[in-house]
Amino acid sequence: MEKHEEHTSHVHRDDEGDKLGMWLFIFTELLLFGMLFLMYAVYRYKNPVAFQLGGEELDVFIGTFNTVILLISSATVAMSITAIQRGNKKQALILLGITLFIAVLFLVNKYFEWGAKIEYGFYPGSNLLHELGHGTTLFFGLYYVMSGIHALHILIGIGLFIYVVHQIRREKIHSTDYVWLENTGLYWHLVDLIWIFLFPLFYLIH
Amino acid sequence: MSEEKQHISSYTSHILVLGALLVLTAASVAVTSLEMGKYNTLVAMLIAGTKAGIVLTWFMHLKFDNKIFAIFTVAVIVLFLLVLYVTFFDYSYR
Repeated sequence: MEKHEEHTSHVHRDDEGDKLGMWLFIFTELLLFGMLFLMYAVYRYKNPVAFQLGGEELDVFIGTFNTVILLISSATVAMSITAIQRGNKKQALILLGITLFIAVLFLVNKYFEWGAKIEYGFYPGSNLLHELGHGTTLFFGLYYVMSGIHALHILIGIGLFIYVVHQIRREKIHSTDYVWLENTGLYWHLVDLIWIFLFPLFYLIH
Repeated sequence: MSEEKQHISSYTSHILVLGALLVLTAASVAVTSLEMGKYNTLVAMLIAGTKAGIVLTWFMHLKFDNKIFAIFTVAVIVLFLLVLYVTFFDYSYR
């Protein structure tokens, strides 16, 4: 599996440094979401019943479906890196196409999910939440903020994938220079990582 | 130049990792209906933590990359758990 790079490039490159930079950014993201999870933990500790009732309002099917497709998209990104490393441009583009499709699908599901909740009366500042009290308001506040910031990351991921696909088509990303794809992949796995915790904490409260 | 050698993961290994993640997701949904009292959340978090570990190790390539990335990642997780611990230490004795 070892491959020695004899490719002589005239521009200076530091792939390891690029990746370290990406990881440092990921750590700031983990701490950003970490503090939101901390808020969640404290408010749930103080309002256990309201959080359980709030969780029961969420659609487990749509949550599970989004979890499954997001996991699949993580696998297709990882596989697209393998394809690029092997010099298989076409396979890489197909795999990234699937990833992009799933990312858009995730947001479409989110649109219907949020739409149904808002129609029902669960939205920040709604009369229904006011009647249901402090705990439920906190639950739905956190639900919208946390899944909203997560959805924003999906949107940014879509932008990154469009750029990467474009660069692969222009041969700017290829078998000996693909750190952009790797870092975009890392970003996408981070988005998956956050969702892995959001899913049980909001949809699967027992 | 850049890396001397690089690890190329096979398609098969990625599919196997995906399979494990999907099985754990199904398990997570299944255990929700079990009556375990306060342990439900603990089990859910253990499963999520395992899934996160799998994503970090294989998909995010920590197993094969420079070990410094893995060390930093563990440090960030420990930092978060410490903050969580200190926060609850405060809240439980109020």
